[in-house]
Amino acid sequence: MGLFSRRKTVFVDSDVLVVGGGMAGCGATYEARYWGRDLKIVCVEKANIERSGAVAQGLYAINTYMGMRWGENQPEDHVRYARNDLMGLVREDLGYDIARHVDSCVHQFEDWGLPMMRDPETGRYQREGKWQIMIHGESYKPIVAEAACKAATEVYNRIMVTHLLMDSTKANRVAGAVGFNVRTGDFYVFRATAVIVCAGGASHIYKPRAVGEGMGRTWYAPWSSASAYALPILVGARMTQMENRIVLTRFKDGYGPVGAYFLHLKTYTENAYGEEYESKWTEHTRNLVGDYVDRHPVPTCLRNHALLEEQKAGRGPIRMVTKEAFQDPHKETVGWENFLGMTIGQAVVWASQNIDPKHTNPELTTSEPYVMGSHATCSGAWASGPEDCAPDDYQWGYNRMMTVDGLFGAGDTIGGAAHKFSSGSFTEGRIAAKAAVKYVKDLRNDRPEVSEAEYQELKKVIFKPLENYEVGRNEIVAGTVSPSYLLPMHGLQRLEKIMDEYVGGIGANYITNEPLLTRGLELLEMLKEDLDHLGAEDLHQLQRAWELHHRVVASESVTHHTMFRTETRWPGYYYRGDYPRLNDSDWHCFTLSRYDRNSGTWDLETAPVHHIID
Amino acid sequence: MPTFVYMTRCDGCGHCVDICPSDIMHIDPTYRRALNIEPNMCWECYSCVKACPQNAIDARGYADFAPLGHSVRVLREESKGTVSWKIKFRDGTEKDFVSPIRTTPWGSIKSPAEYESPTEESFRDQQLAHEPEFLKVDELPTLDPDDRGTD
Repeated sequence: MGLFSRRKTVFVDSDVLVVGGGMAGCGATYEARYWGRDLKIVCVEKANIERSGAVAQGLYAINTYMGMRWGENQPEDHVRYARNDLMGLVREDLGYDIARHVDSCVHQFEDWGLPMMRDPETGRYQREGKWQIMIHGESYKPIVAEAACKAATEVYNRIMVTHLLMDSTKANRVAGAVGFNVRTGDFYVFRATAVIVCAGGASHIYKPRAVGEGMGRTWYAPWSSASAYALPILVGARMTQMENRIVLTRFKDGYGPVGAYFLHLKTYTENAYGEEYESKWTEHTRNLVGDYVDRHPVPTCLRNHALLEEQKAGRGPIRMVTKEAFQDPHKETVGWENFLGMTIGQAVVWASQNIDPKHTNPELTTSEPYVMGSHATCSGAWASGPEDCAPDDYQWGYNRMMTVDGLFGAGDTIGGAAHKFSSGSFTEGRIAAKAAVKYVKDLRNDRPEVSEAEYQELKKVIFKPLENYEVGRNEIVAGTVSPSYLLPMHGLQRLEKIMDEYVGGIGANYITNEPLLTRGLELLEMLKEDLDHLGAEDLHQLQRAWELHHRVVASESVTHHTMFRTETRWPGYYYRGDYPRLNDSDWHCFTLSRYDRNSGTWDLETAPVHHIID
Repeated sequence: MPTFVYMTRCDGCGHCVDICPSDIMHIDPTYRRALNIEPNMCWECYSCVKACPQNAIDARGYADFAPLGHSVRVLREESKGTVSWKIKFRDGTEKDFVSPIRTTPWGSIKSPAEYESPTEESFRDQQLAHEPEFLKVDELPTLDPDDRGTD
């Protein structure tokens, strides 16, 4: 303690604190300023807002756009699509709310300077698929970040937020957040009336397929470290659908996207012997999930399932048939630019292995699982819905407020609303921010207070890994093996192994069961205890230490939820070996959990799925 | 690599350190130049490559699956509004691509505070900033209240 007692503490007061400056955080920051002209709006970001979050690298498509102005789709259509894809279980109110606003965000992106592709015949945005439009999105994130920077009172880059702070005067009310500056090591106390968590989902909780240098080439960004979940979980916010992890079918090794290939380039898959294989698994899949397999489009998890079964039958690898489409020079350009715009690593893999899709049909693979709230999956916090259309059960306060007063969320953070993607996450940030400003104005002078004892205690906890290292380092000659501390990478690799083997990762063919989950929880408990002994050599390693903490908290939540839902709802994402079938009579519902930080226990329950769209 | 930095080109300016989303580009204390300190946490996002004024940063594909001899080079020119790519295969095949990155001047986005202030009334409806104008339809859709809460 004495070693770091002179560490500087910086206090930042705000009305609205946005945690995370990705797509959702930029949307929230922009909207908060529009409604809260005289408020102090602060955005805090772990990296640099100009290139942070999942869109740091750019995108070649916006996956959620209705096209209402051209009568292409209506919000109800998108709810039906997302509901179908998630095997019936989505928060229709939240999805509808995003879908009805998303077009105005996309039009605003174009106004700000995002280059949109246009259909030369109709003059409309170039469609990749029913919901997707194509963009030249190399600078998507810097453009959106520019808008957020113009709106914010202050943007703090390179600050890792580790914990939320609770009000010392009123129970179950948020009061801010704490973290540290990754460059200076200063301790930051953000005191705020409303907090909007817009942090990232979870990569690297499951062992990735590549475990050498290539472990960085996860499908979701390696910097998405589950803060979206750990921050709210640790203050007792209720979470939903945390078992609903996602597995992606992607090009092998680089995890390059397949959307444009399937939808726009009209490429298709075949097994190693040139045969179509999906249809031969339809009857088998129908035995597991009933008529969900007959819906259109076929749910993402079930397409994964057919691919996995075909591989298990010994007819892999599965390949994407590109040779025909790539004879068209325009399609060849689209195929390559698609990677350069959002997954450059796939272009690197193909260049290195001499894979020219004009001459070779490239291999596909299924990824390790990820936990997130914005893609074809919907893990996250249980949030209050829009006042005008949320069922009463789904409404207890302000739109997108969690079950903790004053704590809002958007993007990966909010559960139940699948298929947001970049545009929907930005939209949800805006929705949350308008509500958060209203909350701040309604509170007037009844402001939360931060207890000094609470943040001083957290300060000790946050910097402990530096002290652990400083002290333990003297015991050993050199190297990474210490009897007193674990390095963050050691802990990360243990986490990934536990989740892989016990909670349905690639090494277990995505299968788990109650005995495996029970053992997984025991091992996670020991890992949690060991986190007190993390050693950080420097501030970069301290960031890694807290990213690991967040990943472990999220993983524990995922494991409890997976245990609770005694059915296999999404074959192709994961399988309960002991409950191999979908069970609509008992499990057509949401799973909810709440972590009690005093007792360290998890309470699980169900909540009904209300269908408000026919 | 993940990315790596050429010794003779880097002048230690730190733009890569400033931009890296993974916090893995650091300045080496001995050489006073940048390096990738944690290649297995590199996403090959090329943010540092694009940000380097000296073109000193390149990527070599992940060693566990990428054979040597390839390169994917990029030049991002904000003044021209373009990003240019050159892909070189291990067998020497080359491909070039150029895409636009932005249609408006950098810095031209208006703060939301520059728009007319919203009315108190508008806090009670569901519309967000610039709606319904930016929706480009007459009004924000809503659901029939009778549908709420039914199964």
